[in-house]
Amino acid sequence: MSTNIGSVSDRHTRGSGPVLDIDHLKVTFATDAGDVYAVKDVSLEVNPGEVVAIVGESGSGKTVTAKTILGLLPETAISSGAVLINGNNVISVSASKLREIRGRDVAMVFQEPSTALNPVFTVGWQIAEGIRAHAGHGRVSAKDAKARAIEALRKVGIPDPETRVNYYPHQFSGGQKQRVVIAAALALNPGLIVADEPTTALDVTVQAEILQLLRELRDQYGTSIVLITHNMGVVADLADRVVVMYQGDVVEEASARVLFAEPKQDYTKKLLAAVPHLGRNSASAGMTERAHQGGKVLVEAKNLTIEYPGRLGSPAFKAVDGVNFTLSEGEVFGLVGESGSGKTTIGRAIAGLNKTTGGSLKVLDYEMLNLKERTFKPLRKQIGFVFQDPAASFNPQLTIGDCIAEPLIIHSKPTPAQARQRTRELLESVQLPAAYADRYPHELSGGQRQRASLARALILNPKLLIADEPTSALDVSVQAKVLELFKEIQAEFGFACLFISHDLAVVDILSHWVGVLYKGKMVEQGLGNQVMGHPQHEYTKKLIASLPVPDPDEQARRREEFRAVLGA
Amino acid sequence: MSIEPTIAAENRREPWFRRLPVVSHFNKSVGLQRGMLVAGLILTALFLLTAIFAPLIAPYGFSQISDAEGSFPAQQAPGGRHLLGTTVGGYDVFSRVVWGAQTAVMVIVVAVIMSIFIGVILGLVSGYIGGWLDRILVVIADAVYAFPSLLVAIVMAIVISGGRSSLWGGILAAAISITVVFIPQYFRVIRAETIRLKAEPFVESAKVVGASNIRIMTRHIYKNATRTLPLIFTLNASEAILTLAGLGFLGFGIEPTSAAEWGFDLNKALADTTSGIWWTGVFPGLAIVLTVVGLTLVGESINDLNDPRLRGRKKASSGKPGPGHAAAQTANSAEVSSS
Repeated sequence: MSTNIGSVSDRHTRGSGPVLDIDHLKVTFATDAGDVYAVKDVSLEVNPGEVVAIVGESGSGKTVTAKTILGLLPETAISSGAVLINGNNVISVSASKLREIRGRDVAMVFQEPSTALNPVFTVGWQIAEGIRAHAGHGRVSAKDAKARAIEALRKVGIPDPETRVNYYPHQFSGGQKQRVVIAAALALNPGLIVADEPTTALDVTVQAEILQLLRELRDQYGTSIVLITHNMGVVADLADRVVVMYQGDVVEEASARVLFAEPKQDYTKKLLAAVPHLGRNSASAGMTERAHQGGKVLVEAKNLTIEYPGRLGSPAFKAVDGVNFTLSEGEVFGLVGESGSGKTTIGRAIAGLNKTTGGSLKVLDYEMLNLKERTFKPLRKQIGFVFQDPAASFNPQLTIGDCIAEPLIIHSKPTPAQARQRTRELLESVQLPAAYADRYPHELSGGQRQRASLARALILNPKLLIADEPTSALDVSVQAKVLELFKEIQAEFGFACLFISHDLAVVDILSHWVGVLYKGKMVEQGLGNQVMGHPQHEYTKKLIASLPVPDPDEQARRREEFRAVLGA
Repeated sequence: MSIEPTIAAENRREPWFRRLPVVSHFNKSVGLQRGMLVAGLILTALFLLTAIFAPLIAPYGFSQISDAEGSFPAQQAPGGRHLLGTTVGGYDVFSRVVWGAQTAVMVIVVAVIMSIFIGVILGLVSGYIGGWLDRILVVIADAVYAFPSLLVAIVMAIVISGGRSSLWGGILAAAISITVVFIPQYFRVIRAETIRLKAEPFVESAKVVGASNIRIMTRHIYKNATRTLPLIFTLNASEAILTLAGLGFLGFGIEPTSAAEWGFDLNKALADTTSGIWWTGVFPGLAIVLTVVGLTLVGESINDLNDPRLRGRKKASSGKPGPGHAAAQTANSAEVSSS
């Protein structure tokens, strides 16, 4: 066994056949509700130096397929078929053989870099762990292992790897952590990397960097990559070939260019049509000036500051720093920003869930700076709130009908018959059957739950709706429908809306007026089409440049065009 | 995909009796876990039935030392008219073991109910309101925790009844002393759950719509926080028996003339062991062991079955996909295909 850090030529001598060959894979899980066929019949090949993306929505079996490649399935799973990596069938090999294959022939990059790294060991130690595990009988000296860890860190573009090798995971940012995870995967120079949603937990600007890194790895070292993702933009950016999965089956397989240009299957067509595409279907298309300015101003922030108290000795953390904006009747205000930009904090402050600490925030003419729950409570019936995770925002012990009627019962004390009647009306407006009122939240799918959540927010006919990332927990096809519904209902009910999201394309579909937040400051605001089309601030430019569009050719062009902005 | 999703969902909900705590656990269990649960359930059922039908099962009263044929012989070996023999005082061992089950059940019921009510209420309020109230209650609970439970029980027995008393006085004394020890356990469990649930979006969403604190506590948190109670209940029931027996053994139990009590009988049997009279000690002791084992098996099985990671399952590969799975898939596909 060669433990050298191999070169490209080294890899090619291993043979020109596929690096990975999955043949009629079936995976079945034993659950309380009986057997679940997670993967029904999947066959695919990955050639050396190729990036194959497996895309699909939740429950399509893509992650189970990825885990099978490394033999990481839980005990309750039974798999049949063949997964060949350099001639070894992962499904049937012994545990010790499997350990040999892992790391040397195939490695994995996980979704969440902060949990994939052990916080009590230095990153150098964690990278070297794999090297030592594969040293066989000849021990690898500590010095040698460290040198190779440094080499691996250098490969993934961590600056100053000689010092950084002794750092602990918390000393790195999210994107750098993911680089470290990739470095650990690369330590033994495997021919194949399985990346399971490698950028899903990252901000879009960081995502662009990681995608660039993965592309360079493929180009420079000839590493094959199996990319598991639900993000069609990422697929368009990186993949050579795409495998579309739906409910455990491969629906379509084609090269990326062909798939995006001429999808053959209905499901693929639907999936691609549902992906929001920046600059298409903009709510502010054709507008030249801000709409709805004649109406009453519902929310007005002047130099708004929100601080979280620091720990003893450390200064307070400014989540929101001197933000000014207004939201008028009937207007949809889109608030965009990455994690930590303060967008959610602003939304929560308007709903009275967070205290403001400076400046002024007027909600329905109520000054939130000295919020008293007793005096603010009467105003609550005019404010609706839609939470990010529809699964968690319903009390699991109450029926959907009870949950939706809750605001009504609190504020107007209706008779049970009135409450039921109103609930039914609302369910109808969000296009759910009235019978769903008797179901429990877990009996609904994610999209249905989010519709019900919208129904609950609207039952009192509020003037103002705050939607905090309402679609980010949903699959794209479901997201498209929820967004469409949202747009229709907004037009019908005419409420003002603060729409908070990290996804520029989603915000553009709904909002007339868009504000961009960066580290607690509002760096830019303007009409949706202006901000997206002609961004002024450096950060907005970078944000838009980082967002991959679901079209390989356009994305390749954008990548070249924005190379300067991204600084890559 | 043409299947109406509503129908699928209707089939999925199980009848109410199959969702009861122990019944649902039994249906989920397989193999060794089911064996343990069944063994525990049998022992517990035996214990409960003995307690309920004690007047019918026991041939004599718990304090009876004579019948129509004259006084009972003292320290008679098992057999004949006295199935498990008699004690030095002339009590029938079998009758006292049977009546002892009744005392034990009464103590468990009173103790656990009192501690559940007080513990749950304090836990909810303390966890939800927080602040200085929470801090004080936690300190008190910790202080009670730090005491050896038997010591607290002894002190309480003395305070409540002066150490000796009638049937209900004795039961209450034992129950209250156990309650004092158990309240912190319920308090801590419910408080921890409440603090976790307080940050859940559904509680925040109730806050946003303007629900009052009492409404949030009773309607949203209470039901979700008390799901682990059947588990603590069974585990604590066995501990309550041990505490009761310990109290009785130390002489703080119930007088033999007011009720039968296993711990007390064990204490009186101490002197017999040296003279080779085994039956007065073995049978009450066995009753304690079997009851505690039964309750613990039920509790531990429920604990394992509640945790999907510890729960064993039948191997996959045979049979059809479950109804839940099919319904979820139709619901999903209906959503996707209805565009």
